[in-house]
Amino acid sequence: MSSTTVIRLHPVAAPVARKARATPRGRQPTAEALDEVRRLLGGAPRERDLLIEHLHRINDAHGHLPDALLVALASEMRLSMAEVYETASFYHHFEIVKAGEEAPARLTVRVCESLSCAMAGSAALQDELVERLAARGDVRVVRAPCIGRCAGAPAVSVGRHAIDGADVEAVVAAVEQGRVEAELPAVTAYDAYVAGGGYRLLDDLQAGRRHAEEVMSALADAGLRGLGGAGFPAGRKWKIVRGQAAPRLIAVNIDEGEPGTFKDRGCLESDPHRFLEGALVAAHCIEAAAIYLYLRDEYAAGRAILERELAALRAARPALVPIHLRRGAGAYICGEESALIESLEGKRGWPRLRPPYVAEVGLFGRPTLEHNLETLHWVRDIVERGPGAFADHGRHGRKGLRAFSLSGRVRNPGVHLAPAGITLRELVDEYGGGMQDGHALYGYFPGGASGGMLPASLADVPLDFDTLQAHGCFIGSAAVVVFSQHDSARELALNAMRFFEHESCGQCTPCREGTQRAVELMQQPHWDVALLQELSAVMMDASICGLGQAAPNPLLCAIKYFPQEFA
Amino acid sequence: MNPLRQAQALRQAQAERVTVRIDGCDVTAVAGERILDVARREGATVPTLCHQDGMRPAGNCRACVVEIQGERTLAPSCCRTVQAGQVIDTKSERVQRAQRVVLELLGADQPPAPHTLRSELEQWCDTMGVTRNRFDRHAPPAPDVSNPAIAVNLDACINCMRCVRACREVQVNDVIAIAGSGPTTRIAFDLDDPMGASTCVSCGECVQACPTGALTPANGAALVEPDREVDSVCPYCGVGCQLTYRIKDQKIIEVVGRDGPANQGRLCVKGRFGFDYVHHRERITTPLVRRDDAPKTLDGFDPSDPFKVFREATWEEALERAAGGLAAIRERDGPDALAGFGSAKGSNEEAYLFQKLVRTGFGTNNVDHCTRLCHASSVTALLEGIGSGAVSNPVADVADADVIMVVGANPTVNHPVAATFMKNAVKAGKTLIVADPRRTELARHAHIALQFRPGSDVALFNAMLHTIIAEGLHDPAFVAERTTHFDELAANVAATTPEAMSPVCGIAPEDIRRAARAYAGAGSAIILWGMGVSQHVHGTDNARCLIALALVTGQIGRPGTGLHPLRGQNNVQGASDAGLIPMMLPDYQRVDNAGVRRRFESAWGAELDPKPGLTVVEIMDAACAGRIKGMYVMGENPAMSDPDLGHARHGLASLEHLVVQDLFLTETAAFADVFLPASAFPEKTGTFTNTDRRVQLGRQAVQPPGQAKQDLWIIQQLARRLGLRWGEPRVDQVYEEMRSLMPSIAGVSWQRLVDGEPLMYPCADERDPGQRVMFAERFALPGGKARLAPARSSPANELPDGEYPMVLMTGRQLEHWHTGSMTRRATVLDALEPEAVVTVHPEDLRRIGAEPGAHVRLLTRRGAVRASARIDAGLQRGQLFMAFCYSEAAANLLTNPALDPFAKIPELKFCAARLEAIAA
Repeated sequence: MSSTTVIRLHPVAAPVARKARATPRGRQPTAEALDEVRRLLGGAPRERDLLIEHLHRINDAHGHLPDALLVALASEMRLSMAEVYETASFYHHFEIVKAGEEAPARLTVRVCESLSCAMAGSAALQDELVERLAARGDVRVVRAPCIGRCAGAPAVSVGRHAIDGADVEAVVAAVEQGRVEAELPAVTAYDAYVAGGGYRLLDDLQAGRRHAEEVMSALADAGLRGLGGAGFPAGRKWKIVRGQAAPRLIAVNIDEGEPGTFKDRGCLESDPHRFLEGALVAAHCIEAAAIYLYLRDEYAAGRAILERELAALRAARPALVPIHLRRGAGAYICGEESALIESLEGKRGWPRLRPPYVAEVGLFGRPTLEHNLETLHWVRDIVERGPGAFADHGRHGRKGLRAFSLSGRVRNPGVHLAPAGITLRELVDEYGGGMQDGHALYGYFPGGASGGMLPASLADVPLDFDTLQAHGCFIGSAAVVVFSQHDSARELALNAMRFFEHESCGQCTPCREGTQRAVELMQQPHWDVALLQELSAVMMDASICGLGQAAPNPLLCAIKYFPQEFA
Repeated sequence: MNPLRQAQALRQAQAERVTVRIDGCDVTAVAGERILDVARREGATVPTLCHQDGMRPAGNCRACVVEIQGERTLAPSCCRTVQAGQVIDTKSERVQRAQRVVLELLGADQPPAPHTLRSELEQWCDTMGVTRNRFDRHAPPAPDVSNPAIAVNLDACINCMRCVRACREVQVNDVIAIAGSGPTTRIAFDLDDPMGASTCVSCGECVQACPTGALTPANGAALVEPDREVDSVCPYCGVGCQLTYRIKDQKIIEVVGRDGPANQGRLCVKGRFGFDYVHHRERITTPLVRRDDAPKTLDGFDPSDPFKVFREATWEEALERAAGGLAAIRERDGPDALAGFGSAKGSNEEAYLFQKLVRTGFGTNNVDHCTRLCHASSVTALLEGIGSGAVSNPVADVADADVIMVVGANPTVNHPVAATFMKNAVKAGKTLIVADPRRTELARHAHIALQFRPGSDVALFNAMLHTIIAEGLHDPAFVAERTTHFDELAANVAATTPEAMSPVCGIAPEDIRRAARAYAGAGSAIILWGMGVSQHVHGTDNARCLIALALVTGQIGRPGTGLHPLRGQNNVQGASDAGLIPMMLPDYQRVDNAGVRRRFESAWGAELDPKPGLTVVEIMDAACAGRIKGMYVMGENPAMSDPDLGHARHGLASLEHLVVQDLFLTETAAFADVFLPASAFPEKTGTFTNTDRRVQLGRQAVQPPGQAKQDLWIIQQLARRLGLRWGEPRVDQVYEEMRSLMPSIAGVSWQRLVDGEPLMYPCADERDPGQRVMFAERFALPGGKARLAPARSSPANELPDGEYPMVLMTGRQLEHWHTGSMTRRATVLDALEPEAVVTVHPEDLRRIGAEPGAHVRLLTRRGAVRASARIDAGLQRGQLFMAFCYSEAAANLLTNPALDPFAKIPELKFCAARLEAIAA
């Protein structure tokens, strides 16, 4: 670097006020704001890990986060404003409004724009809704990443009220009638679950009639693997965590956000005690001190169900380990296991660098067993009915059962319990009722937006862990999105990349910058394929977590399998 | 290498070794070493941006990724450690592609004109041959120039988190946030506020950390290539931070932190941005003598217009006059009509020569300095209790302590870098107890915060002592083997139950017990205190209590324990050590000890007065009374720093002959007969002893302006004219003379200081590494046992009443130091705190009908000042706080000169006051 003297030192450029500050440095909490925050928080502990919960209290009360209350919240929790702000500003469901700025409308209509909903016309729906509701000052219409209702595409939520198969009239009616709260589906409640033999496994373990080793062997024999997408063998995970120093913790990942995925919601909204028992069995086996449930904020009905059922469970079994229900705040990345841990601690959902792994150093620095909801959902069946109840299923040489979230251009979308290793063609024909009228299979996402895309010509590949890598794809959470000749792989790849750009946590360069640059390049009339491939390679090689590493999958698959769209 | 690093290096030397293969070569490394460090040692070129030595690895820029055989993705070499048998590739095509694209992605948004000449990103792009950019520049965020110290240009920001870690994890000022997510990810201050409107304390750690010029000094120094750099230490508080001056065209343009043992590269706003006072236009650059027609008064005095009061003189004339006036009084009225004030701002050599001049040239022990006003009571109690006035353990020992108790100190303001280590310790899980009448910034980090009533220190500490003894939490073995007078202490606190003391100190009994149990029950616990303890009429008693707490619990003599009075000025410790004390010769050797005297008399070739001299406040009293007629004041500003300034200024005006040696026409200089223009800190070389007992070398960076001279030379010239034959020894020679008379630093040779050895005295010989922890086996009293001293709770000298219903405390602000003569002439510091402020509880301000920020009048029985009102809910109702640095509103016009009977320290932390609104 050559030296230069061209630029001279200059006196301080800022206009210097010859007046002292009237207060200590920076914003000060006002008495009114402190009063309100104390009222909203009530007797709740002020511990740092509850920051997101407390932000929700303010957000629920105001429909946004007024800056004055953030200052007061920081003071009340003895945190710096920076700590509060960086968490609050990270999550999409929090909108910070500064004094003098216009507050958003109280009611938010979220139109899902992810894959299946986009195919079902969400863009046009969004435009129409904006137009129809423009006159109302009390409602705003925003695009939202996948809200986990792909079987009901296009899906819309009006406040906490979800509408499947939404059209303009249904949404407007909900707005006008003030239907903004979640509608609770009928579930197997506590008493019914117990009547059906529920919690007997837990009782047996606690009474010493069964043993932890037996449970872990059963899981291993069944071949149960983590069903959140990573596929780590469950039995082995329990053993690893059990071998770590106490206190140990359990985190249940119900932050189901992968576009196309809604299986966990299916379990939660039908038989919630099954996974709770699974978690309690795990807690018994690894001698965990507490269980933390991390539920995505979009699942308002699920939250109401869990609050109700947890209360029933605690009332009936007061001696259980503490189960803490924590609410996400709109961040796909928090489904990543270490980001989830950070979020549980009240922080931004930035994935941690590993090693150390969460099994060794997890929540609050303690060894943590983290599981996807569905993985725990299977525990009771596998132990009670034997490993074969799970392992005896499977096709094309694969073992086990999978809950496929099937959506897109099929006649019967929904959660379908099907044998692992089933092919797409079999899945669509046997479970999905075939393709919709007028639609022919053109391609599909085998594992949500991040799992890549395959063309119709590869519809006979067994769908399971480890079977799709060779094709540049993975099964992930088994979210199968089927598209047809009326859809464009290129457009779907751009949709997916926009999603990843929006949901990138911003921590590492390849993902934060790479997703932005990829979207910019993919919006061009002609794709710079060489540059996109180079960028993709770096994102896959050098990103911290799976989001950035997998984000290029749809783009690369589009180039590889759908060359006709780039001719 | 500082001791921490040394320990680290030692551990590495003993650690297990592993062999890994890097770029085809087998390499031996220490288990736990970072791949990055090993690879670079082997000559590999690995770019890094988010990585900075000394910080927690963030691993988020991904510029340093390498290929590890068997791993699916590339790995950040800055975070990953070597494992035996690893095969690592730092050069493969895959690695190079990732590194280059990362640099290209980050470079794409960089501004066309850089904000710094030191952009690491640009340097790495050059190194890695990243010349093209295939991406369009995004719209840049607007610059933020709201902070007079720091320019914020986030168009250069690469979100590497170095500033975030600097602010949050290193300094723990907790201002910089990483906000937003994905494409909106950005650095933010507080709630995305302009930096200048945020809680930012302008320490500049973020500037030092920033690799791209997104955060730079506001004066543009980042775009200037310095001519040279000079390693030195900080001229401000007692922490003793090491720094580097960057110099261009004989001017200091920037200061950066250096990896010293007390600061590990950290600085605060004063140290980093408060350097340009040395180039201030009000510097006096020629000797001055008073005009015959100029009355001695501060009325109408203007330090920027010296010639209203003075005329220029040659050095010859000025020195003749200065020395002649002093000699005439000595001959006419005897030596005791003279006195000298040295300064804790000066070097050890200056302090040493100054007291030697007063003692041998004036012939009196009337030599003192402002330590008298700071920690005289602490030193008195420490000498009485454990036999040494210096700290037992360094600040850095907070890292080894399980419990850290900070009493009557506001270190985030007064010792900001020391405070960072306390906050680091809290982050590392240590327990912090803060006891202070104000809820300070540090209290936010405290597990137990005891906001007691002003002046009730003894009540609080005696209740803690009661709890400890009553609950058997003391250490009987330690008490028996290492202390005396325990029974007296126990009897004294037998009735001071928490319940009995709670109404006095305002702390709930349970909180007193919690604090006592935490302190006594800790494996190791350290007490640090400030002037909230010492500046009371019962200051010595306050310190006795703290000493007793440490002694009865055995929390002394080990790492992470002990007693640490935080020193306020850069060389308070050294100036006292060097003998700027009326009753002590260098190394605390008493003047009334004939044996001691004989030794110094033979070394100095002069007879010494056996009678201890007068202290600071006593000298001013004697000046008022006409008993002291002539004074020599070097770098001290008693017309601002003494209590009850009306009285002190009257004393200065009453002097027949006053010689002032300083940089500027201080308020004291307004009364001078002769003014000798001296050298600022960076204009001379000398040694300075920090609060930890660590002797460090300050090196000359620039020349004194005009005819200004180095202080050592001036003292020597006066000595010659007072009949002493010293010659003109160089600074190192002065130091070596001093060392020969001070057993404590006998082993600290000049050469070792030049070599940068981190030495803490006592240091017996030149192979002695110095002593970090004192009193491991014996105390420095006859018999080796410490003496427990009971203290009774007594009220402040002047209690609030109907007329003056509030309590005024004085102290410092973060940006201004001591009497403000330097800091108020530092552009950035003055811009940050431009006018006099009185801090008040919001309710109290409302009660008098004034708005925050309004000017108010503050009155005591001794005077009145006008200042801007600043509300602070951290004060208790009825408390007022004011810094004593504002000449236009000198807080010491108000303070009470009542003295602690043992240490003669005035009660600067308590006087009755009244606040009045001023009609608009």
